[in-house]
Amino acid sequence: MGYIEKIQSMLQNGEISCVELTEKYLKAIEEANGELNAYVTVTPEVALEQAKQVDEKIKRGEKLLPLEGVPMTLKDNISTNGIETTCCSKILKGYKPIYDAKVWAILKKNNAILLGKTNMDEFAMGSSCETSCFGGATNPFNTDHVAGGSSGGVASAVGGDIAVFGLGSDTGGSIRQPASFCGIVGLKPTYGAVSRYGLVAYASSLDQIGPITKTVEDASLVYDVISEYDENDSTCEGRQGEPTYDTLNNDIKGMKIGIAREYLEGVREDVKEAVLEAARKYEEMGAEIVYFDLPALKFALPVYYILACAEASSNLGRYDGIRYGYKTEHYEGIHDMICKTRSEGFGEEVKRRILLGTYVLSAGYYDAYYKKAQNLRGTIIKAFDDAFKNVDVILAPTVPMTAFKSGEATSDPVETYLTDICTVPINIAGLPSVSVPCGFNKNGMPIGMQIIGDKFKEGKILNVAYKYEQACPENFKDTKWGVKL
Amino acid sequence: MKYELVAGFETHIELATDTKIFCSCSTAFGGAPNSHCCPVCIGLPGTLPKLNKKVVEYGIKAGLATHGKIANISKMDRKNYCYPDLSKAYQISQLYAPLTIGGYVELSSGKKIRLHHIHIEEDAGKLIHSHGDTYVDYNRGGVPLIEIVSEPDIRYIDEAREYVEKLQQVMRYIGISDCRMQEGSMRCDVNISVRPEGSEKLGTRTEIKNMNSISNIMKAMEYEYERQVDLIENGGKVVQETLRYDDATNTTSSMRSKEDAHDYRYFRDPDLVTICVTDEEVEEIKSTLPELPTEKYKRYVSEYGVPEKDAQLLTKYRNISEYFDKAITDLKKPKTASNFIIGQMFRILQTEEDKEAFDVKTTPEQLNELCKLIEGGKVQNNLAKSTLDKMLESGKPCTEYISEEDMAGLDDSFVDDLCRQAIEANPKAVEQYKQGKEKAIMACMGYVMKNSKGKANAQDVLEKIKSMIS
Repeated sequence: MGYIEKIQSMLQNGEISCVELTEKYLKAIEEANGELNAYVTVTPEVALEQAKQVDEKIKRGEKLLPLEGVPMTLKDNISTNGIETTCCSKILKGYKPIYDAKVWAILKKNNAILLGKTNMDEFAMGSSCETSCFGGATNPFNTDHVAGGSSGGVASAVGGDIAVFGLGSDTGGSIRQPASFCGIVGLKPTYGAVSRYGLVAYASSLDQIGPITKTVEDASLVYDVISEYDENDSTCEGRQGEPTYDTLNNDIKGMKIGIAREYLEGVREDVKEAVLEAARKYEEMGAEIVYFDLPALKFALPVYYILACAEASSNLGRYDGIRYGYKTEHYEGIHDMICKTRSEGFGEEVKRRILLGTYVLSAGYYDAYYKKAQNLRGTIIKAFDDAFKNVDVILAPTVPMTAFKSGEATSDPVETYLTDICTVPINIAGLPSVSVPCGFNKNGMPIGMQIIGDKFKEGKILNVAYKYEQACPENFKDTKWGVKL
Repeated sequence: MKYELVAGFETHIELATDTKIFCSCSTAFGGAPNSHCCPVCIGLPGTLPKLNKKVVEYGIKAGLATHGKIANISKMDRKNYCYPDLSKAYQISQLYAPLTIGGYVELSSGKKIRLHHIHIEEDAGKLIHSHGDTYVDYNRGGVPLIEIVSEPDIRYIDEAREYVEKLQQVMRYIGISDCRMQEGSMRCDVNISVRPEGSEKLGTRTEIKNMNSISNIMKAMEYEYERQVDLIENGGKVVQETLRYDDATNTTSSMRSKEDAHDYRYFRDPDLVTICVTDEEVEEIKSTLPELPTEKYKRYVSEYGVPEKDAQLLTKYRNISEYFDKAITDLKKPKTASNFIIGQMFRILQTEEDKEAFDVKTTPEQLNELCKLIEGGKVQNNLAKSTLDKMLESGKPCTEYISEEDMAGLDDSFVDDLCRQAIEANPKAVEQYKQGKEKAIMACMGYVMKNSKGKANAQDVLEKIKSMIS
């Protein structure tokens, strides 16, 4: 049983009231957050008010809605009406949206309990959470290590049991990579399955909101709720087909699980071994492992960094100090004001990507970079399309390594970009992928693998992930932190 | 040396949709600053645009009305530039795949000014300078626009005037915009260059912005033409730049040169999906379009024998031509109705706004009834005219003012008698007429008309008298 079901049955059976439960989590946050630095804003008033409503509902004998009464968190780039939404950037400090993101509107309607907003790399640009203007979140397995990024705060909170689940966003791996680093589950849905309305844009054609949870069931439950069609997001189609929860336990006998050889290149030995061990487990369950080549993968990283930066340079143009957020103090004229505001308000990594993106879109370079990258994006999409003609899902490492120590990531940006090599192809192709813990290295740091599916096949990848979770529960470990139910 | 003017237009037209292009805020003109705004049109982080289908429909109408090809697939692009009135630091527009391609606007000379394309886009907000500070009003931000880009086919300033007027006329006909230049719902930028007459090579062009009336456009073009010719004749060179027209001094001044031209870094907007329009949908929209002014004009002149000048007046506004079309049902001589409209109705509709609204008390059916009485020989022109004046005042039908008796036809032999009497009573005039003085016969006419109380048909009478004399 997942944590969500367990909590809901405790609430429904009167073992604990929702207010008591919420207070437990708030207290745990107080105790752990100093070290984990997962939360950047805690919202006890909001949480307790919601909890009260849930308790009244239970008292009236009403049945709980999905996710109702479950304490959770949102990444700080998801707009919450009246609650600071900073993207962990100095430029948005103090900014309180006047509207709710679609996903938060759904969760609010279902009375999920918002404990607070969680840490992230500034504007979701980073792989360690360390570009946050609040400092990075740390890894609950070992706080000398990073939680990963960009949704490091959500992963740290969920891994450290100071939230039952959280929503992150994944543009190039930002859900899966920190989930992998923190030994938990992270689902990046198909592009268009979950509304982006209210998600502060980093790279609009790649961004996707998804759940970070401790178990596959929880990911499935959350995904089924948030994957609602939204007319306000033209690119959103919503979940296709039946709820993923219904097919979690389907038999996977005879299923073809593909492994692309390129996905194992340059991956650390311990990671590779853990993934191959998982493949053996699947064989034991009756699945067939199919090795194949995916040469287009080698384009993925440059394509990603060109497209993502190009879109980011446009998306981040609006932070000019005029309407909201940070504004420089001393300036002469509008031009000077905008320049100084942006120079002072953005961090180094964000500025680097804005510059890169501006460059690849500028006259004279557009064809050589942006246009070429768009064409190669087509090539990568086609390569995956072809692959799914022969296999049901693809198994791959989530990250070529385990969580590195704090401070180790930021020295060489290009080296850091390489950690995204396994995750970015999925965003480029718009596919769903779930990262699942598949072991630990010799230092006890978690290793993650991802199960990649064809478009809108969330049900299938979660089914495959769930089977593994059932077979290898030892890879899903608690840490010393947080609430123990 | 003589220099030829070469000009092309970029015309922005605000579409008369109720709501903005990417959100459901009102597009009404005016309103307290920032009162027609929402998270989407002020570009708050995380908001997404949702394309208003009406905007696409109106854009297609504009394309069809200018004989363009409607693209089955078109896309929205981002035009990136940073200015406080632009809340997202990019304008959502179309560059790589616009909604309509090609087309033309036909001038009265028959010359066609070709169009390059028409695209849809959003308007920006407005800066308001006051008390030494600058304020931003985003009410206009997100109001839908079409931009009509012409080829450089204009050679004379008069052609420019007619081109703009024709666009205005057509867009109003199809009901997609009121095209008021003073209110900014129609705005023109002109690209202008000169070249020695006979030369095929285009000269360096400048772009003039900021003109808010047709007369200013003409004045600015004239000024700019002279400036460029002077420059070249004095050994100078035209520099490619963007100019601002100053109404007060009637001069143009530089806004920015080519060197500091913007690099807009256009790219496909990832937040909006491809706009797909099927041929069936285009046909359906086409079927809703009214007959266009040029076609109407041609029909009035060739089929109805309406004089060209009158036909132009009748087709200037859709309401007039629709009124006329209804008023001439089953008439043998539609010109009778057009005379009444241009003569008597225009007298009470003095301003252009009045003419455009064409709000008269007399219905086209009532005018039709009056015209039919004339055609049936039951009422003479003079009586009809005075009757129409009364009708226009009261809104009542002509039968209120013309009695059965008035309408009773005159006996033919009675008219013959009157004609004979008239000839006898005016021997002098008859003599003069015989000597070739045509007008003299009017004396006899007058006699008959007077004694028939104006009921005799003047044309008949004239012929009768002439035949009796000869």
